[in-house]
Amino acid sequence: MTAVPLTTRAAAAAPLDVGRIRREFPILARTIHDRPLVYLDNAATTQKPQAVIDAIVRYYREENANIHRGVHHLSEAATAAYEESRARIARFAGAAAPEGVVFVRGATEAINLVAHSYLRPRLQKGGRILLSAMEHHSNIVPWQLVAEERGAGVSVIPMNDRGELLLEEYERLLDGPVAMVGLVHVSNALGTVNPVAEMTRMAHARGIPVLVDGAQAVPHMSVDVRTLGCDFYVFSAHKMYGPTGVGALIAPPSLLESMPPYQGGGDMIRSVTFERTTFAGVPARFEAGTPNIAGGIAFGEAVRWLEGIGVENVRAHEEDLLRHASEVLEGVPGLRVIGTAREKAAVMSFVMEEIHPHDIGTILDREGIAVRTGHHCAQPVMQRFGVPATARASFGVYNTREEIDVLARGLRTVREVMG
Amino acid sequence: MTVDADVRDLYQQVILDHNRNPRNFGPLAGADRTVEGFNPLCGDHYTVYLRFEGDRVAEVRFTGAGCAISKASASVMTDALRGRTRDEAAQLFDLFQKLITGKADPGEHLEELGKLAAFSGVSEFPARVKCAGLAWHTMHAALRPDGETTVSTE
Repeated sequence: MTAVPLTTRAAAAAPLDVGRIRREFPILARTIHDRPLVYLDNAATTQKPQAVIDAIVRYYREENANIHRGVHHLSEAATAAYEESRARIARFAGAAAPEGVVFVRGATEAINLVAHSYLRPRLQKGGRILLSAMEHHSNIVPWQLVAEERGAGVSVIPMNDRGELLLEEYERLLDGPVAMVGLVHVSNALGTVNPVAEMTRMAHARGIPVLVDGAQAVPHMSVDVRTLGCDFYVFSAHKMYGPTGVGALIAPPSLLESMPPYQGGGDMIRSVTFERTTFAGVPARFEAGTPNIAGGIAFGEAVRWLEGIGVENVRAHEEDLLRHASEVLEGVPGLRVIGTAREKAAVMSFVMEEIHPHDIGTILDREGIAVRTGHHCAQPVMQRFGVPATARASFGVYNTREEIDVLARGLRTVREVMG
Repeated sequence: MTVDADVRDLYQQVILDHNRNPRNFGPLAGADRTVEGFNPLCGDHYTVYLRFEGDRVAEVRFTGAGCAISKASASVMTDALRGRTRDEAAQLFDLFQKLITGKADPGEHLEELGKLAAFSGVSEFPARVKCAGLAWHTMHAALRPDGETTVSTE
């Protein structure tokens, strides 16, 4: 991704009508403990706009049928809607073709699929899987499982105190017996935006394939997998205003063709006898069984909705929120931000002197403020920064500066309660 | 901003005090039982050390780290246990579990509970029940000579 100066980028984007956007999210009208909901846990999952909720309801009310099976009208309509969604997701992510989009349960399943079907047959004893120090557990554990089975291991790209990867170290590690690189595009715990295009080029120069976990990137910035150049790109619908239980694995169809099936079942075969089964082409080969049809269709609707607003407009809005949050939280006594990368998405992880994040989370909750507290499924990141856990406020398209001010007041209340 | 009444009730002075100045904190040389307790979801972890004289708890100490609720609970527990028999300690464990899950009225058990009554506010916060119970579950395992040496809340 090319870095554009913040001011230019902000000026190029139209200011969002956040009031109108908020009205599209029914849940934002809720109160929590008699206070207006201030939802700042978007890195865990975003809320869903009415359009996405309607897509799920419409499918079950008007189109429900199994896909890729029937000749009857409903099955054809459901199949068409599901495949339209796939094509929309392909265009959104810059995939070469709809066949390069595999529907999965989420980013986690996508990584397991690649570890199992792509890497496992290729991984030699003594081989290394190179991961960054800021990976989510979902981009660590699937690789460890395969590595253990093959007598291989995991190596780690270190980061500095700001939470930026050390590219010289990465380059040095690439010269080892590396079979695969796994990188998070945007860190869920730190907000760091990693230079994945450059890091992919460095790996490819040595013939090493790269998987990028884009779960935290696609809701916040334009992503074009062909520009990034990575072999595999994965993300989940529910972090980009879509439903839970569905996500996408993006890869060139020719690469997917080279991989054996991940799970067996219906819908992934060409022909079956008890002696021999031949498998379907891609992506069907990786989509055994009846999928999450309503979720897949609503996923496409979430993409349509996000494109309607403009991902770059979302990015500009969230950059403004991040700047405001950085200023305002700096004024809270005893607060330390964890993750201060120069390229950073709208995530504020922080700790407060002598106050455990869980106590922060409980007290904020009673003010109607939802933040995540804990290790964010990134325990190695916590270890790196020497903290047991952090509190994390993560922003989305519907958040406002006023909500950040409410957070800052809430943190002063935390201080007051905890003495 | 006025502070929520349930929050005030949760973070009572006793809890804040024991969080800041935990009693009986540090390892115990010569412990008969040493048990570790973890909450893998939040990362809280404590080790509870018990030394018995006959059937009675002669000494109890703890080490570890976690939130204010879990640390204060461990601290108050160590104060409450000394001198009790294994059965009495197990009974206190049961009562404390009932207290933090809202199944016991603290008003009816003031004498038995003593400072433990400060944890009655936890029942209003289901997500924090495991915090308050962690050291207690660890201690409960330590009461049995053949019990586990690690305890997990999950």
